[in-house]
Amino acid sequence: MPDVTTAKRPITLAIMAMGGQGGGVLSDWIVHLAESNGYLAQATSVPGVAQRTGATIYYLELFPEAEAERAGQAPVLALMPSPGDVDIVLAAEFMEAGRALERGLVTPDRTTVIASSHRVYGITEKSAMGNGILDPEPVREQLRQHAQHFIEFDMEATAHRQGSVISAVLFGALAGSHTLPFPREAFENAIRDGGIGVSASLRAFDESYQQAQDAEPHSAPSDTTSVNEATPPKAELAELVALKAEIDSRFPEPVRPVVHEGVLRLIHYQDIPYAREYLELLQLRMAGIQAHLDHSVLRELARHLALWMSYEDTIRVADLKIRCDRLARVRNEVKAEPDQIVYTAEYMHPRVEEICDTLPTGLGRWVMRTGWVRRPLARMTQRGRRISPQRLRGFLLLLTVASLRRWRRKTLRYCDERQRIIAWLAAVDRALAISPEVALEVIKAQGLVKGYGDTHRRGLASFTTVMEAFERFGEAPDAAARLHQLRDAALADEKGETLQRSVGEWKPETSMAADDSRIAVKQI
Amino acid sequence: MAERTFVEEVKKLRLGEGETFQGEGILAVTKALLQSGVAYVGGYQGAPISHLMDVLHDAQHILEELGVHFENNASEAAAAAMLAASVNYPLRGAVAWKSTVGTNVASDALANLASGGVTGGALIIVGEDYGDGSSIMQERTHAFAMKSQIWLLDPRPNLPSIVKAVEKGFELSEASHTPVMLELRIRACHVHGRFQTQANRSPSFTIDDALANPVRDTSRIVLPPASFQHEHEKVNTRWPAAVNFIKEHGLNETFPGDHADIGLILQGGLYNTVIRGLERLGLADTFGNSRIPLHVLNVTYPLVNDELEAFCSDKRAVLMIEEGQPDYLEQALASILRRADIDTRLHGKDVLPKAGEYNGQVMLKGLRGFLAAVAPTLLPQPEALPTPDEQAPTLPPRPPGFCTGCPERPIFTAMKLVERELGPRHVSCDIGCHLFSILPPFNIGNTTMGYGLGASAASAFHGSKGGRAISVMGDGGFWHNGLTNGVANAVYNGDDDVLLIVDNFYSAATGGQDLPSSRAENPIRRTNIPIEQAVKGVGVKWIRVIDHTYDVQRMKATLTEALTTREKGPKVIIAQSECMLNLQRREKPKVRQALKEGKRTVRQRFGVDSDTCTGDHSCIRISGCPSLSIRPNPDPLREHPVAHVDNTCVGCGLCGEAAHAAVLCPSFYRADVISHPNRWDRLLHRWRQGIIQRLQAWREKRLAPLPPSAHLSGETHA
Repeated sequence: MPDVTTAKRPITLAIMAMGGQGGGVLSDWIVHLAESNGYLAQATSVPGVAQRTGATIYYLELFPEAEAERAGQAPVLALMPSPGDVDIVLAAEFMEAGRALERGLVTPDRTTVIASSHRVYGITEKSAMGNGILDPEPVREQLRQHAQHFIEFDMEATAHRQGSVISAVLFGALAGSHTLPFPREAFENAIRDGGIGVSASLRAFDESYQQAQDAEPHSAPSDTTSVNEATPPKAELAELVALKAEIDSRFPEPVRPVVHEGVLRLIHYQDIPYAREYLELLQLRMAGIQAHLDHSVLRELARHLALWMSYEDTIRVADLKIRCDRLARVRNEVKAEPDQIVYTAEYMHPRVEEICDTLPTGLGRWVMRTGWVRRPLARMTQRGRRISPQRLRGFLLLLTVASLRRWRRKTLRYCDERQRIIAWLAAVDRALAISPEVALEVIKAQGLVKGYGDTHRRGLASFTTVMEAFERFGEAPDAAARLHQLRDAALADEKGETLQRSVGEWKPETSMAADDSRIAVKQI
Repeated sequence: MAERTFVEEVKKLRLGEGETFQGEGILAVTKALLQSGVAYVGGYQGAPISHLMDVLHDAQHILEELGVHFENNASEAAAAAMLAASVNYPLRGAVAWKSTVGTNVASDALANLASGGVTGGALIIVGEDYGDGSSIMQERTHAFAMKSQIWLLDPRPNLPSIVKAVEKGFELSEASHTPVMLELRIRACHVHGRFQTQANRSPSFTIDDALANPVRDTSRIVLPPASFQHEHEKVNTRWPAAVNFIKEHGLNETFPGDHADIGLILQGGLYNTVIRGLERLGLADTFGNSRIPLHVLNVTYPLVNDELEAFCSDKRAVLMIEEGQPDYLEQALASILRRADIDTRLHGKDVLPKAGEYNGQVMLKGLRGFLAAVAPTLLPQPEALPTPDEQAPTLPPRPPGFCTGCPERPIFTAMKLVERELGPRHVSCDIGCHLFSILPPFNIGNTTMGYGLGASAASAFHGSKGGRAISVMGDGGFWHNGLTNGVANAVYNGDDDVLLIVDNFYSAATGGQDLPSSRAENPIRRTNIPIEQAVKGVGVKWIRVIDHTYDVQRMKATLTEALTTREKGPKVIIAQSECMLNLQRREKPKVRQALKEGKRTVRQRFGVDSDTCTGDHSCIRISGCPSLSIRPNPDPLREHPVAHVDNTCVGCGLCGEAAHAAVLCPSFYRADVISHPNRWDRLLHRWRQGIIQRLQAWREKRLAPLPPSAHLSGETHA
């Protein structure tokens, strides 16, 4: 009868990966490694449709050949991982380690988890209208609790540094974790025998091997968005220094960085007087806000006012595309080597609306109203354009548009936006009189207005709905909560259906379809 | 050319007597076929069988040497019909497909084949796509075996057992004049293991021999009165012959155990999971030595009554471990025991779930349940299960989707934009990569009724006076049966709907196999047969061919035209662009080589300007490209993450085109990166930059000078 107590059990490994992350290559390496070092290896996977971007699990079991020979029998190895039965979990992405956790594959008695800390966002995280990124901290917390050992570092970064792929880094970390009974050279030989991308894989393996040995799990993502510490302006910028002093003297300390950022942005956007205007608009509301001693209201107001005042128009876009530092940024983004030449083609689609927005107010309105002028223009602008700011023609075109900024205050768009800003600020004032919570909601509603073209139109419609809601029930005791709920609803779907449902009994007066002249392609 | 090349692995097919084969299960099956002296092979691709078809394709020279004919059948029905060669002649033939979908398609031919019976061994290898990772409806092939009386093998999932099943399968088929199915579960197909090989055998009787001496026997043709005779033959002659063969050759296995008063009866394919379960309960060792007796059904149809009676007669209770539903085996066993008047208690789906895959956890729980009921003293102390007191963290769902740069994505981007303008439509989907349209971010599509049946599934809407329905079909489905069932049918019935045929040059979803309309020259197949001509040939008048699917505007305009034109009859749009996986696989090495040689090359990829992106993610909602992602907003005043194109971008151009077509935003740019620029490139660049930089310097001097700001200088944060 079998002696079931002392029997040797196989080493079990689960690789959690997404299609295209090289989980198959990693699995092949491990099989080769085991088979070349006196182990029997069994590996399975379920590629199926999961090979296309979906999550995939590769499962391996390794068993010493000598042990099998001694018994004169072949081991019976499982074809899929079971909770409580997995020694090593390799995760090529952080939330995939979470998936191993969810499946119960991580247990304190035996599981070593080796995970890359980088994130590859899922489609629902990416397609959210606002911020849909899930918090990895609960996963990290539970991995720390449930895993026997937990090795975590940014393997994507290591792969990138070494010009290799994440499978090589995982393999290095596996070697560095010393959880398999094979020496480092055996791992490296498996890579060599694989014969593809050997030198880059070995480099990645080497770095990762070291990292795995001194990798402590992250405490928390260390580098959060570093709010630009107000860099001291250069001496010659006397006006900037004065503005800075003004901010420091008039605004409470916690609000200053945001106000300063706002001022810089508006100078960049228009000019110093425009930034002063911003400060004045803010200061006008200081009294009302300070009464509540709530800095978050003032900070949010400073932030949203700056954003609104620097609304994206054609002038702004053209300006950003021809700035000196732009090309360097693109080169960095596309990882161009110094000896490579980079040209960009900017995908722009100025429609008749954007053109009119940039015209003087009266003229712009007239064109929008006058069908025989607008229609041919609309036809001419039906197709998008590709403009290259690194070629003279494109550069000069963008330069011309950017130069219109000295007339920006006369444009139709400026006029419209200014009216909206004033109306919004008036609403903010009224809300401040009610409560800081309601005011905060009115201020934050501005965040719904973003983007260009249809996106902007949709955002504006949502914003208008929320403002209308404020006018209707702003004084109700639960107004802040209801406004917050409406703001979330506005970001729930593109068609605004959730928002329509949420407003309930009353229908907002401005519906998106009402503005017929602004629909790009008419219904046929 | 298939997604994976097996040129290296194919060498293993040459292994001779007593050598050790190491590799994938499906490759072992191929080797076993050659060892069995098979005369012809065929089938239709589809996971987990695709690799078998690819291996055979790459092994053409070996097959030729042995005199084995290999056919890429047009469908599973065609493959099953090919087995007709074994009806009159002592030819061994094997075909393979994904089941149950393929078996559904093949069942007409299979039923005819099974009725008349076979002379030569006929083996059908079915990849049972059931359970975790499956892409099809959850059904059992078992039902087909029962209804047509085809014998069903379900061997233990290790390479020696699988190889033996192939060899014995042919013998069983010949001994009982009945086709035999070999069922391999998805993991068994992909399992890496080893077995001792034998030398390959040329068929003793070849297809040439058959054609030189044609045999005709009307008693084998399914037509009265022979068809009535066939039914009697099946139950009175062939069935007993099969049972005898199974007994004589010990195809089923019984393993003893010291707790002899109880026992487990299981499908062979579940053996490893059962052993692991017992091992974890302390009732077996790693080598499969169990303390509870096991009866392993490597043949699950027909059952051998004597063997089951013998196994059960001295037992208080047995557990029938049978995956899937209905519980055919359990019912059969109950009836066997009842008739033999054996009062062994029968457990099965009372302790195991009625539906769903029996994975390790489920099996463990089922075994515990059985033991708790019949022998609680054998149970170890229950393991301390992880306390489920904490809330499971939220994880992002990862549905499969279109690959980076997929040419099918822009088709659905265009459809989504048309939907915004003309309102939602009924969309009838097909089988293929394009079915990913039903998932986020596109959420387009109402039903899918089977391979090549996208158009047929919209037939009921032919009579509508209202808006037109849209059906989608891939090139794979088109050649599988869509040309007749879909297109010709639509013409004949006066359909007024829109049919979109996605032509990506391959049967892409199954691994990039060639098709009649593939553009590549295939050394052993004839390709380059245009879909357009076939469609014209069956009488479609309104045809539009879009030879570059990435042109979203054109795609959108064509769809709009098809939906709104006054012309009657089916509107067929053929959208063509090569599958990006295949394109990259071919082109990437060339580019790498050119770079190595210092040749001028231009790499295109896309990017998003984070300072003009406002974080609305409209672009993602109409594209869903894996390389189009998000990252924290570098702008300190903004909160929502910005869009971002990572370095896996292949420069297909969809995001730019979509930004144009949907009038999204001016944030997208295409970067042309010129490596090893020539002298003219460098000169022109220097000249352009000279002027532009001077103008920039002049301009920025006049603007208010500012300290560098993080987000404006493009330093991104983690």
